Amino acid sequence: MKLPDKSIAMEEVVAQIPDGATVLVGGFGVPGTPFALLRELARQGQRDLVLVKNDANEAGMGIDHLIAGGQVRKLIVTHLGLNANAIAAMNEGRMEVEFCAQGILAERIRAGGAGLGAILTDIGIDTELAQGKQVVEMNGRPMLVEPALRGDVALVHAARADCFGNLAYAATARNFNPLMAMAATRVIAETEELLPLGGIDPDAAESPGAFIDHVVKLDEISEEYGIVRR
Amino acid sequence: MSDARSRMVARAAREIAPGMVVNLGIGLPTKVVNHLPADFPVCLHSENGLTGIGPTLPPERADRNLIDAGGAYVSTIPGSAFFDSAVSFALVRSGRLDLTLLGAFEVAQNGDLANWKIPGKFSPGAGGAIELAQKARRVVVMTTHCDRKGNPKLLETCSLPLTAKARVARIYTDMAVVDVTAQGFALVELAEGISETEIREATGAPLALPQGDIPRF
Repeated sequence: MKLPDKSIAMEEVVAQIPDGATVLVGGFGVPGTPFALLRELARQGQRDLVLVKNDANEAGMGIDHLIAGGQVRKLIVTHLGLNANAIAAMNEGRMEVEFCAQGILAERIRAGGAGLGAILTDIGIDTELAQGKQVVEMNGRPMLVEPALRGDVALVHAARADCFGNLAYAATARNFNPLMAMAATRVIAETEELLPLGGIDPDAAESPGAFIDHVVKLDEISEEYGIVRR
Repeated sequence: MSDARSRMVARAAREIAPGMVVNLGIGLPTKVVNHLPADFPVCLHSENGLTGIGPTLPPERADRNLIDAGGAYVSTIPGSAFFDSAVSFALVRSGRLDLTLLGAFEVAQNGDLANWKIPGKFSPGAGGAIELAQKARRVVVMTTHCDRKGNPKLLETCSLPLTAKARVARIYTDMAVVDVTAQGFALVELAEGISETEIREATGAPLALPQGDIPRF
């Protein structure tokens, strides 16, 4: 018996993302952002996308290419303060923005990846983030119902992958990637290093390949992945 | 940094007790580490997925995959751990986080905190601030006592959207150390050179004074 090979070319796999797709995108700042997949998505030009990401990257980087190209209908995000273009798109009504508390975004995605319907939490219950949300009482305390979040597609970045899609991450490039890698109908992982089967020790497979649909090897680590000099 | 600000940062560093798990907000709070001895036993948490934050590194020595939540290139120390965002906030929400030091736009006399949104001007999203402010075991604010226009930031009630309700225990400013008590703001210490009149005028709510001499920092 042998595990299947899921490696695929960048252009071919991104072409499978339709207009209107909900796309989960890994990364917190630069680390863990799948810059190459995002560039190809910007090049192919799919439209009406709903993006789910911790942050909006910085101007001229990552999902900013999609926002600048008018490809993003809605962004679900925790913070976009480092990207003036994203703030302008929000303020001018070119892009709908839904803010979510950071750990609650993580848990909504985790719930989506775990086949659950929602989570209950008191986070944000005294803030305007609670507006419009269903409240239920649990153990005598009011809790917000935060719906699970799944993507049609997830774009994640791994440091290392084998061709079955077992993934390993580097340092703070984990962030939302392991959660998103479980939470979409079609999970696409780009990887800095693509190894043969057995190349990732079973103890080191942080995302099991059974969750992953496609693996794309990066030809190069472009400048976007590098150190940001401020 | 002005002298008053550096004394505030040095004073706030004494909040951190040996053995604590601590999250330092972006900006001034991250600077308190400069006032801790190198061998001080504390676990610093960064919400992007790191416990055991080591020294900040210059670009030429940085690891492109290793930043803190503010985007600064940091390092690991012996015993550091990496984890995903769900684990990171599980730590925050479950009571494992002993202390957070946060910035503020406004703090109310009941401990309400507003630090994430100025409607119509600045609404970048709260990131992890709501969970930090709502769930850290102790929430301490570091801020200038007044905003850039000289308006008080310590108020009877917050006018801006809240980050968390009634969670701030203490405020360190460039003018004073102020506790939030059941009766409202109580002055703990005054910065050198600040008079009782000045601190009352700079505070937008009643301020109880300590008995006897006011300690200075």
